[in-house]
Amino acid sequence: MTRLVRTEARLYLREPTIVFWGLVFPAVLLGVLGAIPSFREHSADLGGRRVIDLYVPITAALVLAMLAVSALPSVLVDYRRRGVLRRLATTPVGPARLLGAQLAVNAALVVTALAVLLVLGAALYGVGLPANAAGYLLTLALALAALLAFGLLLASLAPTPRAAGAIGTMLFFPMMFFAGLWVPREAMSPALQDVSDLTPLGAAVAGLQAAAEGDWPRALHVAVLVAWAVVCGGLATRLFRWE
Amino acid sequence: MPIITVENLHKRYGDRVAVDGVSFTVEEGEIFGLLGPNGAGKTTTVETIAGLRAPDAGSVSVLGLDPRRDAAAVRERVGVQLQEAALPDRLRVGEALELYAGFYARPADVRELAATLGLDGHLAVPFAELSGGQRQRLSIALALVGDPTVAILDELTTGLDPAARRETWGLVERIRDRGVTVLLVTHVMEEAERLADRVGLLDAGRLVALGAPDEVAASASAATRVAFRVPPGFTGDVLAALPEVATYDRDGDRVTVTGGDGVALAVLRALDAHGVTPRNLHVEQGSLEDAVVALTTPTMGAAA
Repeated sequence: MTRLVRTEARLYLREPTIVFWGLVFPAVLLGVLGAIPSFREHSADLGGRRVIDLYVPITAALVLAMLAVSALPSVLVDYRRRGVLRRLATTPVGPARLLGAQLAVNAALVVTALAVLLVLGAALYGVGLPANAAGYLLTLALALAALLAFGLLLASLAPTPRAAGAIGTMLFFPMMFFAGLWVPREAMSPALQDVSDLTPLGAAVAGLQAAAEGDWPRALHVAVLVAWAVVCGGLATRLFRWE
Repeated sequence: MPIITVENLHKRYGDRVAVDGVSFTVEEGEIFGLLGPNGAGKTTTVETIAGLRAPDAGSVSVLGLDPRRDAAAVRERVGVQLQEAALPDRLRVGEALELYAGFYARPADVRELAATLGLDGHLAVPFAELSGGQRQRLSIALALVGDPTVAILDELTTGLDPAARRETWGLVERIRDRGVTVLLVTHVMEEAERLADRVGLLDAGRLVALGAPDEVAASASAATRVAFRVPPGFTGDVLAALPEVATYDRDGDRVTVTGGDGVALAVLRALDAHGVTPRNLHVEQGSLEDAVVALTTPTMGAAA
């Protein structure tokens, strides 16, 4: 299993698009946003927060979305189409472990990217490290479960890697909108916020932001993430095809 | 004890019957060729043997084990090469071998295996950059990396040029010489004639012939072809009436007769009895390919 994880990690790191969008771009984006002077000013509209304070979870959500909605389904659909999963079914290891290795690698990449973003935010712009570490980790774990389950569901439904890519792109922008990439949740109208609360990335960003400020994630956001994880995971288990 | 026993195997996909009552055994140390046109049920049969599919009826036993119930034990000892090499583009040859070696409790020596298959110079090459022949060799190496007792090789020379094909055949013989029992799936008759100790010929889900390649070739009713020229005035009726003759064809002074094993001698005796000396006499033993054509239903528009 460790060998599979190591191999999958290696393959991921050889994929320039994954390294760029998963590690480089979010860090650069955070750096650029923080360089805008007005984003470093405390704003009464945001309850005294600075815009940059809100963007660590949002850029982390970018990584989550990129991996779960785009990279994971494309890789798995490609493995299915090429017969990688079928080939593994003839070895003592079996294809389920490869799925597990993929999920582990994606989770590890998200955690790494988030760590980089936290350190970068703190070092460059004095963004506070999560005040409620337990709440932060809890939200992170639930967000990973919800998003990776969502990715598995896409991988179950998409017939070809091309289709997986198209579906991923279509979902990426609305999901990132509700995560607050263009307008942070705190600046959204109440109606938009209500919708955002129900999306997996919206709930994830809200939970991470709350924990970063020392609170616990709201029960609503925890419930939303659990629901996405259970529903998508359950459907994916039923619908996933190995060949 | 046979290494593989297939008994009365049935498998259908929806309305389509893929395998319809197939039985055969594969003995220890032999190369067994499973032949037949596309859609004859070859792949379904080996997939069932490999434990990838459950039979609808009948039974399959590999090394005395049930490939579904004792999946773990069977997978440990059966190496499988599937139709298309299936690896991620960016995985390197050496990494693939190490990875797959790690799947088995007692793997073969990876370096030695790579050398045997002529891959030792390409260990750092990503899968995407390998030639067709190299991919096929890697695919065979992965089937052998678990040091299996049985190797299942499906369409292993498809897409290879003649030189690479011959090279691969030599490889399969060396695998057998190491004591591995080989189940070879192919629709290339030359491959079966060259490699297989015994062949089973499938047609539309049924086994229509089983035996050594030359036996199967001879078993077709029109396996031997006799051609010659006769003097003008000779009527062929006496030949057409012979019980050994399956078909009789005359074009001017040129006569072509086909039949079973004894047809050549019967024809010559009949000609001699009538005082006729044939000219340009040819006797040809039908090939395995002829037998396959004679014994199977042609598939319309099937890709070769």
